[in-house]
Amino acid sequence: MMAVENDLQANTDIPSTGKAPLKVNRWDNPWLNRKFLSGSALVLVIILFGLLGPLFWDTKLARVGSAELNMPPVGVTVEVDGVKYVGSMTNPLGTESNGRDILASLMVGAPMSLQIGILAAVIGMSIGVVLGCTAGYLGGWADSVIRTVADAWITIPALTVLITMAAYVRQIELSTMALILAVFAWPQPTRLMRAQVLTLRERGYVRMAQLSGVPPLKIMIQEMVPNMLPWMAASLSGNISANILAASSLEALGLGPTRIPTLGMTIYYSIRAAAILRGMWWWWGFPILTLVIIFVGLFLIATGLDEIANPRLRGVQ
Amino acid sequence: MGGLTKEYVIRRVAMFFLTVWLGSTVIFIIPRLAPGDPVAAMVSRMINQAGYIENSAELIETWRAKFGLDGPMYVQYVKYLWGLMTFDLGYSLSQFPQTVTAAIARGMPWTLGLLGIATVLSFILGNTVGALLGWRRTPKTLKTVLPFTLTFTSIPAFMLGILFIYIFGFGLRWFPFSRGHGSGLDIGWNWEFISNVIHHGTLPALTIVVTTMGFWALGMRGMMISTDQEDFLILAQAKGLSPAWIFWRYAVRNAVLPQVTALALSLGTLVGGSVLVEYIFAYPGLGYLFYQSIVNMDYTMIQGIGFMIILATSTTVLIIDLIYPIIDPRITYQKK
Repeated sequence: MMAVENDLQANTDIPSTGKAPLKVNRWDNPWLNRKFLSGSALVLVIILFGLLGPLFWDTKLARVGSAELNMPPVGVTVEVDGVKYVGSMTNPLGTESNGRDILASLMVGAPMSLQIGILAAVIGMSIGVVLGCTAGYLGGWADSVIRTVADAWITIPALTVLITMAAYVRQIELSTMALILAVFAWPQPTRLMRAQVLTLRERGYVRMAQLSGVPPLKIMIQEMVPNMLPWMAASLSGNISANILAASSLEALGLGPTRIPTLGMTIYYSIRAAAILRGMWWWWGFPILTLVIIFVGLFLIATGLDEIANPRLRGVQ
Repeated sequence: MGGLTKEYVIRRVAMFFLTVWLGSTVIFIIPRLAPGDPVAAMVSRMINQAGYIENSAELIETWRAKFGLDGPMYVQYVKYLWGLMTFDLGYSLSQFPQTVTAAIARGMPWTLGLLGIATVLSFILGNTVGALLGWRRTPKTLKTVLPFTLTFTSIPAFMLGILFIYIFGFGLRWFPFSRGHGSGLDIGWNWEFISNVIHHGTLPALTIVVTTMGFWALGMRGMMISTDQEDFLILAQAKGLSPAWIFWRYAVRNAVLPQVTALALSLGTLVGGSVLVEYIFAYPGLGYLFYQSIVNMDYTMIQGIGFMIILATSTTVLIIDLIYPIIDPRITYQKK
């Protein structure tokens, strides 16, 4: 039997005072947190953009040389040396100097960035859960070793080592990048899981399970993990955000998959072509906008989940 | 010496060595794991540029000996560690015969200056904003205006840098958008040079400050809210101390302590972010040197700079860790 900790809706057994029965507020559910929902909505928009976009727009336009070069977005007219470049609906978000259509690039690149982030975060989270639970539950020297290594790992400037690693592995595919990123994605979840396990270990139902002779692994999976789910989800969301940031940072330096126009690589090409100084704001502007939406969304999800998990943070709803 | 115990110092110094060793080992292993060996790649690239580097044959000989490619892995590893400890980081490949250490020595002051000033500013400003937001008695107007300073927290630093270059450098032309200083100036401690450096450094520093401020503000706000419930604040108020005095000397002073720990923990991320900011602004620090060595496939430089950054970050964390018991004696009591 799982002991679950969350608050349920108000009960309906209110003693009658002769007046009309009190309305029950069904919107009291803690999962209907405003931040969580708005954050999820933002991320969902990006996911849908990536999934359903190709149904409405030809993603083959993301290939090099498939559209006119250096066209501005629709409605914008740019004049260079007396020649007018008028944006049109053939390329609503403009094109870049390689001939890629920006809208198509975003449709291809945004899901890629999300994928890399999610994959690296899941790998890091899995390692983190395993190590954290082991350290918290077993204690002793295993705890000391894991804790010390995790603390040291956090101090190492991650991006520097990632850049060094990526600079050597020149042919970077998605999975390689996710693995490289996972190297630095595990310390935070480990520390979080360890702290959670240390708290939950003293709870009554865990003691009961221990006294009943339930093996430690079963206790961890059946009793503790379900109660840690909001924290794990918040940590995962923060982890995904950090990994997408690291991935786009690596790509902006040119260390990403060269054939796929991921968001970071688009920014890299724009810097290479001096798009900032040429006034081609649409080239780097739209990928940055997409990334900002993703980051804000993930941040809201993480904060919302924190509030769901810890009622003290909720404030007045 | 405040709350510094021998045990604490030994632990922290041991952690320092562990971190540096772990970081340099990771940097060592990855290139060896990648298919193909780095020296062969370097050699083939040099052959492609035949005639560009003099004494290339001697260079290859030296590198074979230095890398000890004939020797087993652990011999290479020991030689590598020895080289790091004596700061013999080798020669730069693309700018031979310059040593890696010389190139780093040129770039280090710029990075330390930019990062140091930006981090201190961001820490002070961010914590002040957070403290004001978390304090009960801040005027309402301030509480509604201040969150706008934190709107840029979710943007990665280098992306905001691009935006700043476009708006301020390219559009408004208020600030220069690349390099550390203008050309044709007397380099030295004269006002003309220093003001020029400040002018060039404003945008990069502003980028870092604006994006990292929110992190401190958020944490500080939480700390202030929990410090608000402490008994000594009630006593201070009963004593009749002025609100400003209570705010700064009682509340902020206690709430800022965990922030210092957070500073030590987040230093690695800050350094990484500043590498990219330097890349965007072509600021002549370690970050830009790093990027250039990636483009030139200057592997010794990449390794050397990576190691230096790890070393610098770990040293700073160690210093912060050693200062911390002096400002917060409680930490040494927690171990018992």
